[in-house]
Amino acid sequence: MSRKYTKDHEWVSLDGDIATVGITAYAQEQLGDVVFVEVPESGRQVAQGDDAAVVESVKAASEVYAPVSGEVVEGNEALTDNPALVNEAPDSEGWFFRMKLTNSDELDGLMDEAAYADYVKELG
Amino acid sequence: MSEKQTFSGHRGLSLEEKLIFEIGAYDKCGVDLEDAPQTAAQLGDCAAQHEIDLPALTEPEAMRHYVRLSQKNHSIDAGLYPLGSCTMKHNPRLNEKMARLPGFSDIHPMQPQKTVQGALELMDMLADWLMTLTGTPAVALSPKAGAHGELCGMMAIRAAIEAKGELATRKRVLVPESAHGTNPATAALLGFQVDAIAAQADGRVDLQAFKAKLGDDVAAIMLTNPNTCGLFERDIIEIADAVHEVGGYFYCDGANFNAIVGRVRPGDLGIDAMHINLHKTFSTPHGGGGPGSGPTVLSERLAAFAPLPFVRKTADGVQLVEHDGHTDAQPFGRMVAFHGQMGMFVRAMAYMLSHGSDGLRQVAEDAALNANYVLARLKDVMSAPYGGPCMHEALFDDSFLKNTGIDTLDFAKAMIDEGYHPMTMYFPLVVHGAMLIEPTETESKATLDLFIDTMRDLVRGALAGDMARFKNAPELAPRRRLDETQAARQPVLRWQPPEIEAKAAE
Amino acid sequence: MRYLPLTNTDRQAMLADIGVSSIDDLFVDVPEAARLDAPLDLPRHQGEMHVERQLAALAGRNVPAGSVPFFCGAGAYKHHVPATVDHIIQRSEFLTSYTPYQPEITQGTLQYLFEFQTQVAELTGMDVANASMYDGSTAAGEAVLMAHRVTRKKRAVLSGRLHPHYAAVIENLSDMGGFELAQAEIAPTGAEDLLALVDDDTSCIVIQNPDFFGNVADFSALADAAHARGLLLIAVVPEVVSLGLLKRPGDMGADIVVGEGQSLGNGLNFGGPYVGLFATRQKYVRQMPGRLCGETVDADGRRGFVLTLSTREQHIRRDKATSNICTNSGLCSLAFTAHLTLLGGNGLRRLAALNHSRAVTLAKSLGVVQGVEILTHAFFNEFAMRVPGQAEALVDALAERGVLGGVPAARLLPHAGLDDVVIVAATETCSEADIAAYHAVLTEVLS
Repeated sequence: MSRKYTKDHEWVSLDGDIATVGITAYAQEQLGDVVFVEVPESGRQVAQGDDAAVVESVKAASEVYAPVSGEVVEGNEALTDNPALVNEAPDSEGWFFRMKLTNSDELDGLMDEAAYADYVKELG
Repeated sequence: MSEKQTFSGHRGLSLEEKLIFEIGAYDKCGVDLEDAPQTAAQLGDCAAQHEIDLPALTEPEAMRHYVRLSQKNHSIDAGLYPLGSCTMKHNPRLNEKMARLPGFSDIHPMQPQKTVQGALELMDMLADWLMTLTGTPAVALSPKAGAHGELCGMMAIRAAIEAKGELATRKRVLVPESAHGTNPATAALLGFQVDAIAAQADGRVDLQAFKAKLGDDVAAIMLTNPNTCGLFERDIIEIADAVHEVGGYFYCDGANFNAIVGRVRPGDLGIDAMHINLHKTFSTPHGGGGPGSGPTVLSERLAAFAPLPFVRKTADGVQLVEHDGHTDAQPFGRMVAFHGQMGMFVRAMAYMLSHGSDGLRQVAEDAALNANYVLARLKDVMSAPYGGPCMHEALFDDSFLKNTGIDTLDFAKAMIDEGYHPMTMYFPLVVHGAMLIEPTETESKATLDLFIDTMRDLVRGALAGDMARFKNAPELAPRRRLDETQAARQPVLRWQPPEIEAKAAE
Repeated sequence: MRYLPLTNTDRQAMLADIGVSSIDDLFVDVPEAARLDAPLDLPRHQGEMHVERQLAALAGRNVPAGSVPFFCGAGAYKHHVPATVDHIIQRSEFLTSYTPYQPEITQGTLQYLFEFQTQVAELTGMDVANASMYDGSTAAGEAVLMAHRVTRKKRAVLSGRLHPHYAAVIENLSDMGGFELAQAEIAPTGAEDLLALVDDDTSCIVIQNPDFFGNVADFSALADAAHARGLLLIAVVPEVVSLGLLKRPGDMGADIVVGEGQSLGNGLNFGGPYVGLFATRQKYVRQMPGRLCGETVDADGRRGFVLTLSTREQHIRRDKATSNICTNSGLCSLAFTAHLTLLGGNGLRRLAALNHSRAVTLAKSLGVVQGVEILTHAFFNEFAMRVPGQAEALVDALAERGVLGGVPAARLLPHAGLDDVVIVAATETCSEADIAAYHAVLTEVLS
């Protein structure tokens, strides 16, 4: 499955029924240098759109929302010691958390790569 | 500029200064203390068993330490601070002299009320002036700062709603997107849900959008007037009426009172609660971050809920009411120990008495005049999203810097090299790269002319591609740009002896 | 007017440049119904001399603490503030500077805040302190909210011996914020069983040391018990000089320490401005309210200081902020740190020893007066005293005879059955003669 994107600049990629969630390159650029990340604990139930994680830069703090509903299986502990990973590798090592999906239909409502690229272009 | 290197690290009159922990000593003391007489200790099981690991400086060393530190600070005494929303006006020294009279500074809040009637009278006088200036029947003097006053106003509103039995249903508070961050923070603290109101193209609250959001689940609207874009909300009376009609309340953020003091009474506009920043409108010093003082005026609808303590006139003199058993009103509780920032009350009173009603009216007029002068003489080269007139502050956005590669932050840092504290940046959030300029009434025309000319030259430089002037700035301040990312990623919030730091690094 | 630099010539020229004919044109957005046509009915402007005369007359009708034998405490203490301190805080660059949001031109403020934070952490035995709060009472309120955030629980247990105003502030925040609390019964002495009030939704226990009645005690056992049950222990220190002679709250197991710093550098000022102290453990740093100053480097690699971890604060987090606080106590924290720098740790210890010695002497002297009972046995510089009859009337009688003998407990606790108790403090400012005068006048009034 190719990646899907939300209007809040989260990306989600699926492997079986485990989804990995992160924020996009555009998002990390808007935030500036990330100084702190708070990832959810495993076992936490989240509904689509719930606050799942927090990302802080020097000048802003943002919620990271669950793009789909499910149960968190792992938070990326590496971000605790090295929040800069979010800036350096937002699409790979800077992932925030992994979750087990409860409803894969929710992915259909998200944007694909092309649609997200257009969306970002509109934001100007 | 001389590139000369020095041995000491000082550069002429620009002196470097280490931390007290690096230069102090354990066998020095800057205070001569007599020895305690030999009395048996009565400390129970609580006597200290440790050495207090803090060195001292003798008086000459301490004086030098702090004088050197002071030399690294900009201040309003030294130059213009065009900080929008902060009202950096001159801090009169008469205020300081009066606050230090022993009859004000050396009295205890709990000594018998009969022994402090002069102090209680001063509080009562301040209350009268604030109520007269705002056209309101009640005021809470105890809040310790603007944000605290905001909390007071919203607590009074919550208490009023609770008294009507509507707390469970009135949960929504309407706040413009342009509001200062304390507004939604305060509402959330009290368990309300914050609902944002959009602005319209002219920078003011969209009245129709606002009315569409009203319902009987609305507890209050929190509005700043003049608003954070420096504009007077023309529809404010209609807004007040509309929110009252649905049974809600009107909290007004009084941070910008300097624009209208003596020319408009917020009470006439329909506000139910408004905090006043004595350290903005009424000249008490900013002190590098505090102390502030945030008395909050209240409408008839809220007067009964004013917190304890408060002063009232009686046949025997002025009385401080400290318990709800001593009043028929329904105070919502107590927000702070003791009575409020008396030191700031004295300062503000000295200022008010000096200006008088005619002077305060002139203050608002000159504040608006100075801001409009700056706006008029910069708007051809900088981008002003709202044409004018403004009130006491002028808002610009960063569109004039488009394609220069220079942003609001760079522009601000270049101002430092020109001798100016930067204007308020990135606030309000409703325009991109905001620059909010509030000169205040205590700046002369000559000062403003030089400021305006300097800003025009900075714009010229930005458009001409003089990147170094901006990206390397500041170059002439005691420190260059500081690494705020590192400070946040690896916070070091106290000094540690080098051995401990080395261990931690392992 | 002396504070307004614009002349009428200036005003005319500026109006012309703006393109309007009168100042009223700038106020055109004000609804007509709300426009004031003339100055309000308040006195007109006055010269400095007249203002001085008026305010000095008001000041003259108060009895300054330094003019009589003085023994009031109850959360605000008279200490000697060195002349140097008051001079330092009046330097333009400290007095009239703004919050250090532009660190390149405010290293003076930032460095003294860093020194302040270090001193407060050291004094309290904690890992980290913030750059000050408004005062001790609001700091205590914020500490309780922080404990709720950290533990995700909603109930606080308070000692019955908290300063009544502090308890009232916590209660007010609890009511308004939808939290709960339980307070132990108020009694000047005897053991308190705070653990008995704890339930599954409790986040913290709040105690005060020295407490409102002056009692001092090692609370390590309580802290251990609190931790065993997953609670935070919040310790309130109303008299910071006590930290010169007592065990540190951090060493006794406190998780958050709050206090009133007024005693160092800041005069009585009838209750404000004061300076709140707030310190905690490293692991809770991101949950701490208020401003924080941190060390970093500049573009040239030189050490410098900045406000940091600001994303907790209201101007960024807005409705998710850790509190709505905007200011710290600025100049009051400078006064505190300058005074403590002059004293140093050893000087503070000697100052504290002097305080304790005076209080012990005073307690002995008053304790032998017929009908008087000293209720507090282990104390720092303040104790509770039971007297025959109404304490309020007694204190008034003492005042009439030129002695400000303390604070009647009932003034702050009107319904606790403490109408015959006075809270009495003695600091280094009390002389032997003052103590003798109190003894004499008390004897006279009670005879």
